[in-house]
Amino acid sequence: MNLKTEPNGKVMVVMVREERLDAHNSNELKVEMNRLFESGTRDLLVDLKEVRFIDSSGLGVLVSGFKNASTHQGSIKLCGLQTQVKSMFELTRLHRVFDIFQTIDEALESY
Amino acid sequence: MKNHIDIKITVPNQTRYLSLIGRIGENMVHELDSFPGDREALGQHINMVLTEALVNAIKHANSTDPNTEVQISINADDKELVIRVYDNGQGFDLDLVPGCNCPDPLEEQGRGIYIIRSLMDSVVYRKANGGNVLEMKKALG
Repeated sequence: MNLKTEPNGKVMVVMVREERLDAHNSNELKVEMNRLFESGTRDLLVDLKEVRFIDSSGLGVLVSGFKNASTHQGSIKLCGLQTQVKSMFELTRLHRVFDIFQTIDEALESY
Repeated sequence: MKNHIDIKITVPNQTRYLSLIGRIGENMVHELDSFPGDREALGQHINMVLTEALVNAIKHANSTDPNTEVQISINADDKELVIRVYDNGQGFDLDLVPGCNCPDPLEEQGRGIYIIRSLMDSVVYRKANGGNVLEMKKALG
């Protein structure tokens, strides 16, 4: 899976550079988020702007990250959701769980 | 003009084929010239349904054995789209899978069947061909 992780101020930004986030590749995002929280990251922003398709496994990995953030007294926010990805969040009501922003800049301003 | 498509695919029991199968279903929808609705949205939904059904067969029905195979059939005419995903595993009880109601948002698993049921008109899991089949239908008319 193509992930790019870089800090922006106190926020760690993970860019998911894949068209799909599904049962085949989503565990790699879970491992990366776990690694970041275990190594002291508090605030994580996941940029999904290149993701056109997300399945239940991809959604589950983000929920796992949400719970992991809570365990570490941190936070996880999302940005760049394409229309279909956003509709899956709405179908599963996860749009009520996550703080979701249109752009990375809007998300960074929220901290 | 008659609009009837019949596709049969066999793939190894591995998640690396999810993208391929999903794209085949999505591209097929774009060929349904007589469908009066939003073909873009329907194509994305069929991509989703095929992905979820294939994952279900791989992880839950075929016990993640990469040496087995999953068979998929996609049939469409002017009135209906029918997707069948066959597995050779122990199977599962569809009625015991959380799927009628939206799962707890903080659960990490259990959304696949709910998503399929939300996007299709009927979903049945039954014995077939010595194994099982997940049969999903969507009206096109």
